[in-house]
Amino acid sequence: MKKALLVLSDGMVFEGKSFGADGETKGEVVFNTSMTGYQEILTDPSYKGQIVTMTYTQMGNYGVNEEDDESAGGPKVEGFVAKECLDYPSNRRSISSLNGYLEKHGVVAIQGIDTRALTRHIRNFGARMGIISTEDLIPESLYEKVRRHPGIGGVDLVRLVTTDKEYKWTERIWRWEYDSSPGKVPVLKKVVVYDFGVKFNILRNLADAGFDITVVPAETPAEAVLEMNPDGIVLSNGPGDPEAVVYGIENVKKLLGRRPVFGICLGHQILGLALGGKTYKLKFGHHGGNHPVMDLLTEKVGITSQNHNYCVDIGSLGTQVRLTHKNLYDGTEEGMEHVELPVFSVQHHPEAGPGPNDSMHLFKRFREMIESNR
Amino acid sequence: MPKRDDLKKILLIGSGPIVIGQACEFDYSGAQACKALREEGYEVVLVNSNPATIMTDPEMADITYIEPLTTGIIELIIERERPDALLPTMGGQTALNLTVELAEAGILERYGVELIGAKLHAIKKAEDRELFKDAMARIGLDVPRSSAVKRIKEGLDVVGYVGFPAILRPAFTLGGTGGAVAYNLEEYRELLENALKLSPVSQVLVEESVLGWKEYELEVMRDGNDNVVIICSIENFDPMGIHTGDSITVAPAQTLSDKEYQRMRDASIAVIREIGVDTGGSNIQFALNPEDGKMVIIEMNPRVSRSSALASKATGFPIAKIAAKLAVGLNLNEIPNDITRETPASFEPAIDYVVTKIPRFAFEKFPEADPTLTTQMKSVGEVMSIGRTFKESLQKALRSLEADSYGLEEKIAEPDVIKEKLKTPNSERIWYIAQAFREGLRVEEVHEITRIDPWFLNNIREIVELENEIRCSQPATPAPPLLYKAKSWGFSDRRIAGLTGLKEADIRGTRKKLGMRANG
Repeated sequence: MKKALLVLSDGMVFEGKSFGADGETKGEVVFNTSMTGYQEILTDPSYKGQIVTMTYTQMGNYGVNEEDDESAGGPKVEGFVAKECLDYPSNRRSISSLNGYLEKHGVVAIQGIDTRALTRHIRNFGARMGIISTEDLIPESLYEKVRRHPGIGGVDLVRLVTTDKEYKWTERIWRWEYDSSPGKVPVLKKVVVYDFGVKFNILRNLADAGFDITVVPAETPAEAVLEMNPDGIVLSNGPGDPEAVVYGIENVKKLLGRRPVFGICLGHQILGLALGGKTYKLKFGHHGGNHPVMDLLTEKVGITSQNHNYCVDIGSLGTQVRLTHKNLYDGTEEGMEHVELPVFSVQHHPEAGPGPNDSMHLFKRFREMIESNR
Repeated sequence: MPKRDDLKKILLIGSGPIVIGQACEFDYSGAQACKALREEGYEVVLVNSNPATIMTDPEMADITYIEPLTTGIIELIIERERPDALLPTMGGQTALNLTVELAEAGILERYGVELIGAKLHAIKKAEDRELFKDAMARIGLDVPRSSAVKRIKEGLDVVGYVGFPAILRPAFTLGGTGGAVAYNLEEYRELLENALKLSPVSQVLVEESVLGWKEYELEVMRDGNDNVVIICSIENFDPMGIHTGDSITVAPAQTLSDKEYQRMRDASIAVIREIGVDTGGSNIQFALNPEDGKMVIIEMNPRVSRSSALASKATGFPIAKIAAKLAVGLNLNEIPNDITRETPASFEPAIDYVVTKIPRFAFEKFPEADPTLTTQMKSVGEVMSIGRTFKESLQKALRSLEADSYGLEEKIAEPDVIKEKLKTPNSERIWYIAQAFREGLRVEEVHEITRIDPWFLNNIREIVELENEIRCSQPATPAPPLLYKAKSWGFSDRRIAGLTGLKEADIRGTRKKLGMRANG
């Protein structure tokens, strides 16, 4: 195995072994605490611009399969960091090793470093830019390269991951193939999904909730969406700084009050900005599958899947929205609903993939909101 | 919910004597429960027949009875103490069985003692095979298919539904005489005929075989507001057919993708709700067919168990303590997490290491016992280790056994003996697996014989391969990069010394000079 280096913009250097593809890559280094689901994480478009470190140490155990991708065309991360990648997958659904998959898709990855030390560093000092290289093995030189990188704040990364053209979606959520069929859901409501970097599991969950789904590019004008006459609009998850998605914010402003809206993650942030609120960046973000979130109405706590660096300052929205969900780890705001309009959104990922299915009922809630709205 | 103020005095039943299959883990849970309940201001009455426990130390409970664990004695204690509630889930199967007897004899009702944690109907639903089967069917989960058969003709219908291989268990025979596995119809007809003859009541239970399937466990907690969290997933190194207490087990689960893990998580939540454990911890065991992904529920313990003690140590989440607090009405989000102190207990531990448990056997003390591992537990204890990787964790656990082993030492034996040691589960199998790789067996072959998941076997194969590299460096200390790799894979100094022909002190000295020590 070839040597590889990871250098952070503050000068921290980690030496390890290369896996995946050879090369050099830059991105904001974040850590994810999920113990399963590396394939979903790698292919989650919200990680565009970022290098993901897994805190769990054993990667590649169950290989990579055909069904668990969260986007088309392979990984979206800029790079991948693991304690150990094991090259002998053992799972009946596996069609490739993780190493082979990363290599095929040109993802530069490093293993054999002290990922615990890296994680602690990010937690103490915040997420920062990093560079992984298998070609240039001179720390000083890598440090210069990463220091010159302007970072990903204020950059519109959505353009890099959104679909080129509109498409329809019908695939349902994953089930064991011999399970008795879940049965057909009557498809009565039409939904348009704004693709800011949508995860397939959002679309799969909408299909399970009985929606006729059309996915549109992020820059589709509000007028064009209204012309399609949907019953509801979903604002998807996506990468980066919400303030940079100016066109998204402008379009959502025009849609509010015209159709019921459901926002997820970046979609929630864009909604917050469209309503005139503010967003702020977290120190090291929330990336993992074990965050407790309380539904303030029922006081029920769900364990949620999370992946975000920015938050909506719901207080900045005044009395037009109600806070509906709260993160019990750090008290951050996790969801809101408009007091008058049929509009609600959550910061976490009810679609899971990876992570717990505790919040999947939100897709049904969206459908019910649409039904009661007519 | 705030904690209940209608309860003042709570009775806790201990687990009695330490026996094989039920050891000090229930002393740990009982002691934790005493502390937790008193911390919340309740008066605790403890009864246990075993004075050689921590929980019976004078300062643990408010009032301690060291008396035989029988319904008659407990009734006298209840009559005298008049507790408001009984917490039955901390003293293992002994306490749970006794509670069922007390409830069914009407004693709890007579003295107005409320069962907290798990109610009678939940305990019975989890413990009674038929009730459990029906409950699982209601929530669409599979259990191993089975049916009682009295005639050959009936048996032929039943096997069509059970499938092959089918296990035959004649009813009321001593020590399971006549039990057999049939792999095809011809065998089945013959074995069934024999089994029916052997059973004094001519009845045979025909059951779907899950031997060799992968075994998993999930530790689940539920509070009074119906919030459920999974504390830990455990994957057994040894496949189905060996008692969990005698299996090498690993946390978290290693070979499940997220979709498969979430399927198991969802099933666990459905099980704890359907069985109706109001508050507290439960342990749910699954078998998974690696060929087609079929998942069946093996059993559910509606109480703190051996595995919850392991899961508590593996994750830092004190299951017994939290379960006691949930039983008096607190919710998970109202209890602080012991480790962070800032966040609540309503979360799922995410760990950045691998935990390995290896059972400790003492067959030398029981010369007449059959050392073959079966579904009846034979280990007398266990060790648990934490390592950043499975390899490190495994090798650390081996060293902790105090069985004069410092790693995967050689087992010099004939090929036939090695294969036999792989085939019939025994307490030394892990060392024979390593030996099999030294003798040139391939992972596929060892898997074929043992049904142990290839992921675990490949890890052991790599340990054996690294041994060879270390051996090649003799008679010198391995070069620093190799030494570092060996240490991070959990090789002991002593084992490295053995492989290089040096002394343990030499390896340690070299390491010290290099400043090479454990740091994660």
